[in-house]
Parts: sequence; structure tokens; C-alpha cells
Amino acid sequence: MNNRGYYSQFGGAYLPEILVATFDELAAAFAAVKNDPQFWQEYQALMATYSCRPTPLTLAENLTRHFGGARIYIKREDLNHTGAHKANNVMGQGLLVKRMGKTRVIAETGAGQHGVATATMAARFGYDCTIYMGEVDVERQRPNVFWMEQLGAQVVPVKDGTRILKDAINEAFRDWVSNMDNTHYVLGTACGPHPFPEMVTHFQSIIGQEAREQIMAREGRLPARVYACVGGGSNAMGIFAGFMDDDAVELVGVEAGGRGLASGAHASRLCSSDAAIGVAQGYKTYFLQDAEGQMQETHSIAAGLDYVGVSPILSHLKETGRVRFEAATDREVVDSMRLAIRKEGLIPALESAHAFVQAFKEAPALAPDEALIINQSGRGDKDIFTVADAFEDPGWREFIIRKAAQYQA
Amino acid sequence: MLEHYLKERRQQKDILLMTHIVLGYPSWEDSLAIVDAMVAAGVDLMELQIPFSEPIADGPVILRANQEALQRGATVERCLAFGREVARRHPIPFVYMTYYNILYRYGVARFVDNMADSGLQGAIVPDLPPEEGSGYIEAMTQKDMHPVFIYSPTTDDARMHYLAGFARGFVYCVARKGVTGMDTSFSDDLEQYLDRCRAATDLPLALGFGVKEKADVEFLKGKVDIAVIGTQTIRLVESEGVAAVAGFIRGLR
Repeated sequence: MNNRGYYSQFGGAYLPEILVATFDELAAAFAAVKNDPQFWQEYQALMATYSCRPTPLTLAENLTRHFGGARIYIKREDLNHTGAHKANNVMGQGLLVKRMGKTRVIAETGAGQHGVATATMAARFGYDCTIYMGEVDVERQRPNVFWMEQLGAQVVPVKDGTRILKDAINEAFRDWVSNMDNTHYVLGTACGPHPFPEMVTHFQSIIGQEAREQIMAREGRLPARVYACVGGGSNAMGIFAGFMDDDAVELVGVEAGGRGLASGAHASRLCSSDAAIGVAQGYKTYFLQDAEGQMQETHSIAAGLDYVGVSPILSHLKETGRVRFEAATDREVVDSMRLAIRKEGLIPALESAHAFVQAFKEAPALAPDEALIINQSGRGDKDIFTVADAFEDPGWREFIIRKAAQYQA
Repeated sequence: MLEHYLKERRQQKDILLMTHIVLGYPSWEDSLAIVDAMVAAGVDLMELQIPFSEPIADGPVILRANQEALQRGATVERCLAFGREVARRHPIPFVYMTYYNILYRYGVARFVDNMADSGLQGAIVPDLPPEEGSGYIEAMTQKDMHPVFIYSPTTDDARMHYLAGFARGFVYCVARKGVTGMDTSFSDDLEQYLDRCRAATDLPLALGFGVKEKADVEFLKGKVDIAVIGTQTIRLVESEGVAAVAGFIRGLR
């Protein structure tokens, strides 16, 4: 445990003794590939042939016209295989697992995107796969459970705690402490003990590298602002990484405001006073917790943002002021998603739609010769049940009732 | 000095027993009754677990006990008051077991002051390796409290020696991989691991995870100083009630 991965006071490796050797092994394996240009080439080639990299940067002309301000560009992570940026991290870790010689992968999942991505990777590389998913999320994202199972993964519904993402992470750790000899834990976001925040950011930084090249090619200048939604923080860290050293580019992270910050029913760790610094799940960051340190229930319409902690790197970037954080409410998210669908024919995931909300609020005030980038971290098709409920679509409702009746017959 | 007490006690007994409860589970009345029964049945020291919402090293039985205790309002303040009361009431040493966030939010120095003032002897904080715990170790040392560190079968010899440099009171040896409450195979492998533990420190050794019956305790005699009974008494209280505790403990050695 020599390098424990601190970002000012955030991060670290608060590990039970049984996992120390496993993390030392992982940190060493990651350090070796990080400095190996061949590994990155192998990774890029895999993502170009198996996923859809480089993903396009789409100019949203209708939205730009609608808001009358900055030119709105959208980074299309939704076009990755399995429909989200999660594939970047998962395939990178999949290659790492091969180098480490392990034969089984486990993962937590909230929205199910990371679980599906991991199950795909496991199928492709020939690993055994177990996915832990909170019981509440199993209900919210049933189609993803179906696909994970079809891909050969065992999906374990987690019935303890608040039965969402954080509880799935705890269960994955409990599996890992028993099976670390042959098993790698594919953590899905830039959280957890060192080296996960750095490693996940490393694989996701492919988003920002591409986006920077693409915007320079299109506009000949840097964007004024870059927007990303923030759950654990992996898509945000990924796109921000490309612009971190460009001081003129303002980076904006958008958290889940749920039913509003004042309601307490949200998942906003970096722009609500309900969060405080603490240590859980092996790392130090801002957590939504009570005065005694017990983690609180969180709420978001987007399962993938419904998490008590946040990347320690983002906590650090909040304190240095490099990234500005905002929150979008469930209602605003549904409205912005509808607008993106109607105006551009894009279907952002509910998670990604949080970034759209803030960009839409700010675009009119920017000059027409400026550009902004929104990271569309995933596609919204998976959210059809939640979105159809939010849109109160009568045709869909009738269809479900008929379909259920067929199964009952 | 906890170490001194344990070594002295070992002169009189083949093996010592450390038992465990989750504070406030199944209720505060039961917690007190369980401690009284355990002490009356002759346990040598006790681990008092302050519930935490994310008990990452614990298996399903203790995990649920943590959750239910919290749902029934087991606050940290109430746990500390309970610790103070039992330490005054009984002559055996008590240590807290909890996760680091509980200390961190309470204030590490303030937490340690409270322990010392209440007559507790030390603490086990399973998610705080010494690398992350310098402030904790310093506060504990200042107040003559015992930071108990953990060995596991995956800990190599060099790290065992490193950990021994910070440990006081005793070292808690985890019997196997996995979380609390699963079966342990009491075998030659375990014996070889315990030989490594023994070679790394002069402190008394406690062995926990999966110890649940007399045969297990018997196996550990001569190999460690303390057998730790954790999950099994929670299961017992759940299935047979508090009244079954004393008989169970008496039957262990």
C-alpha cells in the first residue's frame, strides 16, 4: 500500500486487511499497463472494432437555433456497444483481467448499463460473470436484467440496505473477499479504493481525448463549456480529462437534484449541504450521510445517478474550483429529454439528460460564436418504462396492460 | 494493560473467549441481558459493535443486525453510553468494533477520549489499515487505548511484522477469506497460517470468523490465545432467545 491515491484530502484505500494484497496486485497491474503504449493501442483497436470508437461529436443545429446562443455539440457515448460510456471502462478492465490471468469477473450495477457492459465483456473474453444489482433497480431496469442473463451472467438481486447501487457495491466487495484468487471486481465508476478512481478515469479519458480533437477540427477553437452528468463520476471524469489543462474551458458537472435539493430526496453530494466528508466503501469523499455517519437514502429518476458517494477526484476538483457543480431535478430532466428527442431525434438516457438540463439553461447566455459540449453518456431506450410513466403515455400503458393479460392467460 | 491481563488470564485457562454483540440488537434490553449472561458464563473479553450502515466486512447475519439496530434508533451516543455502563458493571475488558466513518464523523480524538473515559480498553476498526490510520493510532496511544489490528491468510510475513508494529493488546487473526458468519475449515492450512501469525508478534492472538462450537474452540487450544465467537450467538439469540446464551457459552470449553 505505498501509493494510496490521494487527490488533496480525498481518495485513499480504506481496505479490510483481507483485500490489501489483492489491491496491491491490481495497483501493480494497472501501473504496468498505464505506462505501456502497446496496451493503449490494443485498447483503442478493441474499442474501434467491437464498440463504436471514435464516437461522433454531433452538432445539434435545431437545439442551437432553439436556444439562440452557443453552438451545441453532443458527444455520442450512446453509440457505444451496449449504449453507454460504460463499455470504455469495462473493456479496458477486461484486457487487464486477461493480463492478470483471472477467470471470473463481478460487478455492481445501478441502471444496469454497467452490468450489461460487464456481461458483454465477460462473454467476449470468456470469463464467468456475476452481477450484483439492488432489488429496487432490478424493478426499475428489468430489461437490462434480461440481457445480462442472456449474456450468461448470474444476476444477484441485493435485498439488504437501501437495495440500490451502494448496496450492490457492498455485496460485490463481499464476494470479492471470498474469491479474489480467480476473480476481478470490475468497479463501474471512478470511486472506491485506489487504484479504481484513477484506473476508471484512465479508460474513460478516451472520451475527452476524442472530443477535444473533434471540436478543434470542427470549430478550430476550444468549447466554452463542457457538461456531464455526475453519478459516481466516470463519464464526467472521462470527458473532463480531455480539457483539464485548458483553463479557458469551464467544466460543469450536473448531479441528480431529484425532487429538489430542499426536499432531501436527491443524490447531490457536491452541491447540497446534505453531504459531508466521510469514509465508506473504501475511500474518502463527500457522502450523503447523517450527523453520525450513517449513509442516507438517495433519490433520482435516473438509477445510474442514485448513489451516496462521488468520485474523490471530483470532490478534489470541486474544492480547487476547477469543476462547477449544479443539480437538475427529475422534472427538468424529463422535459429536457423530451426536447432533445423532438428537436434532434436523440434519445439521451435519463442520466445523461441531467447534463442537457444545465446546458440548456446556460446556452442562451453564451455568444453564438462560442461552442459547448454535452456528454450524452448513454442512450435512453433502456428507460422506456420510467420515461413512459413520466410522459404519462396512454398508448404505452394500454400496451403493457394487454401484454400482462397475455402472460396471465 | 490489556496485553498483560490476557497473558495472565491465559496462565489459568487453555484458551480465552471473546464474544461479540451488535449494540442495540435485537433491543437495548436484550443487549444488556446478553452481556450480563456472557460475563456470568465466563467470557474473558467482549467486542461491542457500533452499527454502521455499510458494514463491508460483515456477512449477512451481522449485516442485518446492523441494519435493524439502526432502524430501531441505535445512535452512536446511545452505543457509547451502553459501553460506559457495561464497562462499569463488569470486570472484564471491553473493546469497540466499528467502521472508520463512525469515528471520523464523531471526531477521532473525541471518540478515543470517550472510550478512555468510559473504561473501554481498545477498538477494532476493520476498514482502517495503519497506512490510513496515523491520527487514530496517535490518539489511541496517547490515551493508553489498544488499537487492535487484523491479520488475514492473504497477509504476507513482511506485512504481519509491519502491522505488529502498530498493534496493541492483541492481534485479531481472520481465519479465512470471506466475510463473517461463513463456515471455516479447521485444518492444517489454518494451523500453518497461525504459525506465521505467531512468528510475527508476541502479542496474544485471537482467531475469529466461523468459530461456532466446542470442537472449533478445542482445535484452537495451544494455537491461539483467544477464540472469537461472533455470528453464532446472534443466530442463537434469533432462534432460541437470550436465555440460551449462557448455556451455549459455558458449553464452548
